Amino acid sequence: MKKKELRLVVTFHTTADAMAMEKACKEQDVPGRIIPVPRAISAGCGLSWCAELSDREQIVAMMKRAGIEEEEIHECMV
Amino acid sequence: MIYLDNAATTMHKPQCVIDAVAGAMGSMGNAGRGANEASLSASRIIYDTRERLCRLFGGTSPKQVVFTANSTESLNIAIRGLLKPGDHVITTMLEHNSVLRPLYHMERQGVRLTIVESDRQGRLDISRIEEEICGETRMIICTNGSNLTGNYVDVEAVGRIAKAHGVLFVVDASQTAGVFPIDVGPMNIDVLCFTGHKGLLGPQGTGGLYVREGLFIRPLKCGGTGVQTYNKSQPEEMPTHLEAGTLNGHGLAGLHAALGYLLETGIDVIRAREQELMQKFYDGVKDIPGVTVYGDFSGKERCPIVTLNIGDYDSGEVSDALLTDYGISTRPGGHCAPLMHEALGTVEQGAVRFSFCHYNTDEEVETAVRAVRELAQEDE
Repeated sequence: MKKKELRLVVTFHTTADAMAMEKACKEQDVPGRIIPVPRAISAGCGLSWCAELSDREQIVAMMKRAGIEEEEIHECMV
Repeated sequence: MIYLDNAATTMHKPQCVIDAVAGAMGSMGNAGRGANEASLSASRIIYDTRERLCRLFGGTSPKQVVFTANSTESLNIAIRGLLKPGDHVITTMLEHNSVLRPLYHMERQGVRLTIVESDRQGRLDISRIEEEICGETRMIICTNGSNLTGNYVDVEAVGRIAKAHGVLFVVDASQTAGVFPIDVGPMNIDVLCFTGHKGLLGPQGTGGLYVREGLFIRPLKCGGTGVQTYNKSQPEEMPTHLEAGTLNGHGLAGLHAALGYLLETGIDVIRAREQELMQKFYDGVKDIPGVTVYGDFSGKERCPIVTLNIGDYDSGEVSDALLTDYGISTRPGGHCAPLMHEALGTVEQGAVRFSFCHYNTDEEVETAVRAVRELAQEDE
């Protein structure tokens, strides 16, 4: 297992939300990738968006623009 | 074989649909059941299919597109999930059993049902719908086009009535999705029910509904969703709220490709070609002695369907002769539209339905006209 680092993890209510997130991020060149929701987080959807902490502002702004609804935005070791 | 049963299912699918299904069967995992590439590829293509359908139907959010196995399942979700005992619902004689049977089921649960009659040409007087609205009326549900006569129903006009009275409007677009323009906003459609395997040119086993944002429908099914595992109830967020169990990912990959084909080709182009083929066939058969054509051909808009009988021949016998003597596939009998047959006076005889797809050729139509003429001459 690779060494864990504190990262940004966005969780969603549904798979459709997670897919909307991935699509919007790819289209708008916003960093990150889909990962299974880490055990430390209790979440609705099994998929989450993982990015660096420094990307937070960019990600939150993009989600607002695209109308993507998160369940929660966490900072956790992944 | 000359395939003229496209209102039952479009048999000729674009090659990209066949390739997409085959490709998906070799690469696709279970959507929303993991973050592995196979699962994600399913999730991605399914989400993209929601987006394409949302665009096609003028929806406001892809999350409001719910996938089902067919129109029947979609209609059951809408009817059984929105009506409750004491409610009043209005429908029409044009409806398929996929609308009528769930309504009769709800009638037995205490819902009051009004069925607005059509004339002998299967035409609907829309003002009659408005006359039936009362304080308890919860829903108007009607088809966008009759699967028996091909008569088009002006759902925009019905939607205006529903909106004016604050009544839910549910549309069965089985015969029109993918061929006629549907815009849920201006048409005031609360729930649009569609199937993937007819005009949308996708595989059988695909279908769905578009639900207006904010409208809550009680789920018909509950179960695995890949999300909110420890929640004892079906999640309330759309589209998961109305989707339990593994989706038909392989089929939806085909529907995705079909939508790409439709958006690229243009449904206006497809509709114009189908209308042309239908008109050519209608013009060829309408004056043949002994032939009775059903439905209204006076208007501009109609589904590419021509339904007829020859003399008093059993429609099944005519359909069989068309197949064995000419290699033409049609559909005889009752067409799951019992009330429409009552209106047309064809309960006993049934009727032979010829339904066209843009892939049909002029030569095929000419052969079909000749076949009808020859069979009618035998009757003399």
